Amino acid sequence: MDNSVSPQNSLVSVQNLSFSRGNKKIFDDISLEFERGKITAIMGPSGTGKTTLLKLIGGQLFPEQGTIIVDGNNVHRLRRSELYNLRKRMGMLFQSGALLTDMNVFDNVAFPLREHTHLPESMIRTLVLMKLQAVGLRGARNLMPNELSGGMARRIALARAIALDPMMIMYDEPFTGQDPISKGALVHLIKSLNTILSLTSIIVSHDVQETAAIADYIYVISEGKVVGQGTPKEIEQSESDWVQQFMTGAADGPAHFHYPAKDYVDDLLSTGKRY
Amino acid sequence: MQHTSTQDTFVGLFVAAGIVGLFFLALQVSNLSSFTEQDSYTVTARFENSGGLKVKSPVSAAGVKIGKVSAISFDPKTYESVVQLSIDSQYNTLPDDTTASVFTAGLLGEQYVNLDAGGSDEFLKNGGQIEITQSAIILEKALGQFLFKSAEEKK
Amino acid sequence: MIEFLQQLGKNTRTGFTKLGRGTFFLLQTISGILSVLPRPRLLFNQMYSVGVLSFLIITISGLFVGMVLGLQGYYTLSDFGAEESLGVMVAASLVRELGPVVSALLFAGRAGSALTAEIGLMKATEQLSGMEMMAVDPIKRIISPRFLAGFLSMPLLAALFSAVGIIGGQLVGSGLLGVDEGAYWSQMQAKLDFQDDIINGVIKSVVFGFAASWIALFEGYDAIPTSEGVSRATTRTVVNSAFSILGLDFILTTLMFGDK
Repeated sequence: MDNSVSPQNSLVSVQNLSFSRGNKKIFDDISLEFERGKITAIMGPSGTGKTTLLKLIGGQLFPEQGTIIVDGNNVHRLRRSELYNLRKRMGMLFQSGALLTDMNVFDNVAFPLREHTHLPESMIRTLVLMKLQAVGLRGARNLMPNELSGGMARRIALARAIALDPMMIMYDEPFTGQDPISKGALVHLIKSLNTILSLTSIIVSHDVQETAAIADYIYVISEGKVVGQGTPKEIEQSESDWVQQFMTGAADGPAHFHYPAKDYVDDLLSTGKRY
Repeated sequence: MQHTSTQDTFVGLFVAAGIVGLFFLALQVSNLSSFTEQDSYTVTARFENSGGLKVKSPVSAAGVKIGKVSAISFDPKTYESVVQLSIDSQYNTLPDDTTASVFTAGLLGEQYVNLDAGGSDEFLKNGGQIEITQSAIILEKALGQFLFKSAEEKK
Repeated sequence: MIEFLQQLGKNTRTGFTKLGRGTFFLLQTISGILSVLPRPRLLFNQMYSVGVLSFLIITISGLFVGMVLGLQGYYTLSDFGAEESLGVMVAASLVRELGPVVSALLFAGRAGSALTAEIGLMKATEQLSGMEMMAVDPIKRIISPRFLAGFLSMPLLAALFSAVGIIGGQLVGSGLLGVDEGAYWSQMQAKLDFQDDIINGVIKSVVFGFAASWIALFEGYDAIPTSEGVSRATTRTVVNSAFSILGLDFILTTLMFGDK
């Protein structure tokens, strides 16, 4: 396996992480490195706990085992105030955008600035307009979140995520449910923001094409394990059946089409009692 | 977050209305106006039986409320009921031979202390004592006496 | 049978777990109130949605309850020739019981359910989570101001309810049925005590406001973040608030008026 990512240069480092929800093991002793200034993608089918991983990195959930180091801090050992200070430097883009529904676009983007800084209102206005300009939605500042399309909401949320000029942004399924134009806009935005603001980006996604187009490094996760990793090119040429199935979208393969069940014929011929 | 100034006006109106409601309850509905005991002085009256008198029962003179009962206790030596009367200090010219009686407002009404002024030149002072008292009329006792008497008369 | 017992045990345990979570939530909420005080704007916004928007239903209900009390009280009291005491009856029932209890029940139905739905939806749409990731504590920013607004508004609403109700009773009593207006007020003033009746009524409404706001906010915060979960939580808010308000009312009444 390629091991070009050296821990010394990584901003986020996940080491021997295990996490389960109920009886289901979501992560089983996985280790991931996220290099500074790069776009790293976590890919895998729905339900593999990709969002959970982001919440673990953000310190919202606690792992059963293993450590997560963000910029030299062990996230789950921090005191509450330290964790909050760290979070100010981490942006996160939620799948739904998670805009506050009782505020308009402008106030949403201004929200972190108003909460964490004591800047005068005129300066907040300038900053907010700059961030909105960066995502191309300066004209939408007076709309309410329920008047926005899904793609617009995500771009606003992105403007909000970069409001405090964070060192990194975590994107939770940024492309899901978007039309091709919105997807294209987001791909372009993520890439250019990463370059211009020299951010570190973590993308969690199952949209193969869009992600492969911008990621510098990809981890493919399935059933709590890393089944493949490398640059997009390496992943494409991976010999793993699993990775191939995921990248090409074949219906059946190592990941089965059918949910585990007893034998089909037996099931049909049985008495129909509930089991 | 928009229209905050109209919102503020409504909140202000709401709070003002609520406070007006509270004041209404305090002043118009309850006895706060008489509760504000500006200044009062306390005198003691000893009754053989204070009947159904309670703390806060009214004290009145000539039908006008001038104070209230502030404490009732039992004296285990004299077997009397010791009643503290707290009287508004504007009524500080009650003679020291005033009579205190426990009356009932109407047939079944609540009991109160009635003060009948005497003729002395000395006035009651704080901590003073009313010497002449008349106990509550206990309905059962009165009835019993009445029956007893009428039975005797028939003999 | 064993299955039933197992289920019972399991339910009891989840019940206690929830109570524990709720208590922890309450402590966090109360400690978060300190950070609301320097930002009265947060409180004002919530006073609006909790208090002002409940104003209409409270005053109108209060008026009708008072009028009904006036009518029914009159029929009963006039049998004893005691119509003059109508004011006492109306005022005492409103100030001691109906004012705090009915307005708290209405509050739970109007403001409480709205709070649960709002918080539940914020959870379902990841707004709370999003806030946490923006290093903003949702308890301090979202929950505590609403809690404070709830239990500050409650006594005001209850006082309004009682005041409007007493006026309603008077409208019916002396306007319609011919009770002497002077007697209505003076008997009331003679019989109702500021401390025993008014203050105790206010204490009751503060307690109810506390309980109703806690339940509403916690149900929302603890809701399963789906539309079904939120709608169930909203129902639970109304049911649980009603139970708690009536239960607490019994306890408070025994404590306050028991030794009379």
